[in-house]
Amino acid sequence: MNVVPGTVVEDPPVAEDPPAPRERTRRVITEVPSRADRRFNQITMGAGISVLVLLTLVGLFLMIQSSDALGETGIWTFLTRTEWRTDVTPARIGVLGLLAGTVLVAVVAVVIAVPLSVFSALAITEYSTAKRRKWLVGVVDLLAAVPSLLFGLWGFLYLSDKIVPISLWLTQNFGWFPLFKTSEDASLTGSIFIAGIVVALMVLPIITSVVREVFSQTPPGEKEAALALGGTRWGMIKTVVLPFGKGGIVGGSMLGLGRALGETIAVALLLPQVPQKIGESIHILQNGGATVSGFIANRAGADEFTTSGLLAAGLVLFIITLGTNMIASVVVSKSRSGAGVDI
Amino acid sequence: MPDVDVDVDVDSEVEQDLEENLTEDDRNEAEKVFAKKVEIIGGPPAGPATLEAKDACAWFGDRLVLEGVDLIMPKGKVTALIGPSGCGKSTFLRLLNRMHELIPGAALDGEILLDGDDIYAAGTRAQQVRMRIGMVFQKPNPFPAMTIRENVLAALKLARLKCDDKDTLVEQSLLRAGLWKEVRDRLDSPGGALSGGQQQRLCIARSLAVHPNVLLMDEPCSALDPTSTRRVEETIDELRGEVTVVIVTHNMQQAQRVSDLCAFFLAAENQPGMVVEQGPTDVMFSTPTDPRTLDYVQGRFG
Ligand SMILES: Nc1ncnc2c1ncn2[C@@H]1O[C@H](COP(=O)(O)OP(=O)(O)O)[C@@H](O)[C@H]1O
Ligand SMILES: [Mg+2]
Repeated sequence: MNVVPGTVVEDPPVAEDPPAPRERTRRVITEVPSRADRRFNQITMGAGISVLVLLTLVGLFLMIQSSDALGETGIWTFLTRTEWRTDVTPARIGVLGLLAGTVLVAVVAVVIAVPLSVFSALAITEYSTAKRRKWLVGVVDLLAAVPSLLFGLWGFLYLSDKIVPISLWLTQNFGWFPLFKTSEDASLTGSIFIAGIVVALMVLPIITSVVREVFSQTPPGEKEAALALGGTRWGMIKTVVLPFGKGGIVGGSMLGLGRALGETIAVALLLPQVPQKIGESIHILQNGGATVSGFIANRAGADEFTTSGLLAAGLVLFIITLGTNMIASVVVSKSRSGAGVDI
Repeated sequence: MPDVDVDVDVDSEVEQDLEENLTEDDRNEAEKVFAKKVEIIGGPPAGPATLEAKDACAWFGDRLVLEGVDLIMPKGKVTALIGPSGCGKSTFLRLLNRMHELIPGAALDGEILLDGDDIYAAGTRAQQVRMRIGMVFQKPNPFPAMTIRENVLAALKLARLKCDDKDTLVEQSLLRAGLWKEVRDRLDSPGGALSGGQQQRLCIARSLAVHPNVLLMDEPCSALDPTSTRRVEETIDELRGEVTVVIVTHNMQQAQRVSDLCAFFLAAENQPGMVVEQGPTDVMFSTPTDPRTLDYVQGRFG
C-alpha cells in the first residue's frame, strides 16, 4: 500500500485483545525401531553403499589407468577421432569409430528385441493360465542364465550363416534405405546386423521381465471395463494394457539398450573389429564394424599405451551405459506410479 | 427412525440441486438431441430385452457359491438384487453377461436366456453378449488416459462398430447419464480427472453408448456421495422402459426408490447363495412371505 505523503493514516480500530495463546509444548515423536528393523536397515544400507563404492572404484580405476592415453591424445581428440592406429608414432587413437559400432549394434538389438519382448510379456500376462505362465517365465529366465560367451559362439558358428539369406533379402528389397545398402562384392557374414540379432537374444530377458512386471500391474478394473464393453482380448490390450505399460516399455527398452551397449564377447567374435569410419556410409548388413567392448576383448594384453587407450574407451562406455541405465530406471519407476496417465 | 429423516433431507436438497441444473432451455435442447436418430452399425438390436435365469449355479473352483437361481428380469423394468455380503449377488450379475468365465477356475450350470436365447449356447460369442448386456461396476473405472469423449466412444472402438454421427452419440449418452452439463465444455480433457461421482456417470454413459438391451449395475453408488447417488438414481429412472436394468444394492431406500422388482439373495453359512424370495418391490418391502426377507429389509440382520 502506498501512503500519500501528508495524509494521516489512521490506525485501524483496535479489536479487543485476542486471547493469549495457550502455553504449549511441542512433542516430537520419534519411532524407536525394533532390533530386527535396525539390523535390516543396516544390512540394506550397507549393501546399497557397497554398490556405490564399487561403482566409484571402477570409475576411478578407469580414470587413472586411462589418463596416460587421454593426456597424450587430448580428451576431445580422443572422443572425436575415428581412427585407431598404434603402429605409427605418435599413435593416433580415438573412440568415435568404436562408439558408432557399439551404438549401431545396440540399436539393432533393441529394435529386434523390444517387439519380441512385448509379445512375450503379453503372452505371459494376458494369454496364459497360471501353469503356463510359470513355465514361460521360467523359459525366459533361463535365457538370461545363458552365458554371453555361449550366445557369441552359437551366433558365430551357427547363426551367422543362417542369417545371410535374410540379410541378402533385406538388401535386395530395401537396399534403397541407406543402412541396408551393401557394396557389390561384400561378404554378408560378420555384420552389425548379425551381431545385433545375437545381442537381442541377450537383452530379451531383461526387457521382457521389466515389461511383464509393468503389464501385470494394469488395474484389473480397467481391463474388466474393456471386456464388459464387448472388447476382445486384443482390443482390451490395445486400449488398456499397452497405454498403461507405455512407460514400462520405454524404460525396459532403455535398460536393454544399456545392457546391449556393454555386451562384450559375442560381438568380439562376430565382428572384424575394424573401427567405423565416419563420413563413409554405414552398412549394417555387410562385413565390418567394431564395438568398444569387442575391441577391448580382442586386444587385451597389448603394450602399456594401447592398454591405457583401451581403458579410456572403456571409461567412455562406462559413462554412457551408466547414464542410459539411470534414465531407464527413472522412466520405469515413474511409469508404475504414474499409471501411464499424462495429465 | 432418525435414518429416514436424514434420507428425506438429502433427497429434497438434491432435488433442488437437480432442478437448478436443468433449465427450460436445456430441456428443449435435450429433446432436440434425442430426436436425432443415431445408428450404430453392427450394434445390438433396438429396445430392451427380457433376461431370464433358469436354475443358474456358479462355482469358483470346486466351491459352489450360487445354486438354483430362477429369476425373470422383464424387459424395460428395473430389478434390484438385495442381500447380505457374500451371498453371490455379484457372481449372479456376472453370470448374466459372461464376465464370470473370465475368472480362472470359474464354472456354471443352468441357462441364461436373453429374449429366449441362451447366452451360453455353443456358437454365441461372449463379446456379442457383452455388447448387448452392458455393465457398470462398483468402483468407477473410466479409462484414465482417454478423454471424456473417447471414453464414451470406447465401446465402438473395442467392438469395432461404426457410427454415422459420433458427436450426437456422445451428447445423447452423456445426457442420459446426467453428465452432459458438467462436461460439455471439456470433452477433450482426460476421463481420469473427473470426481468419483462424475466418473461413475461417465462409465454409465460409456455403457449406454452402444445402446445395450440390458444394463447391469453392481452397487454403482456405494462409492458415491449423496448428490451423485441421487443423480445415478435419476438416470436409472429415466432408463426405465428403454433398457432393462438389473442393479445390486445394499441400500434399502435405494432399492425401494428405483426398482420395480426385487430379489432377495441369502447364503447360509458354508452354503451356496440362493434366492429366498422375489416379487414386486412394494410387496417385498411391506408384506414379504419369508420372515428372513422382512428381517433383512427392515435392517434387522445382514
Ligand atoms: N474371484 C473369486 N474367487 C473365489 N471365490 C470368489 C470370487 N469372487 C467371489 N467369491 C466368493 O463367492 C461368494 C459370493 O461372492 P459375491 O458374488 O461377490 O457376493 P456379493 O456380491 O453378494 O457380496 C463369496 O463367498 C466369495 O467369497
Ligand atoms: Mg458384490
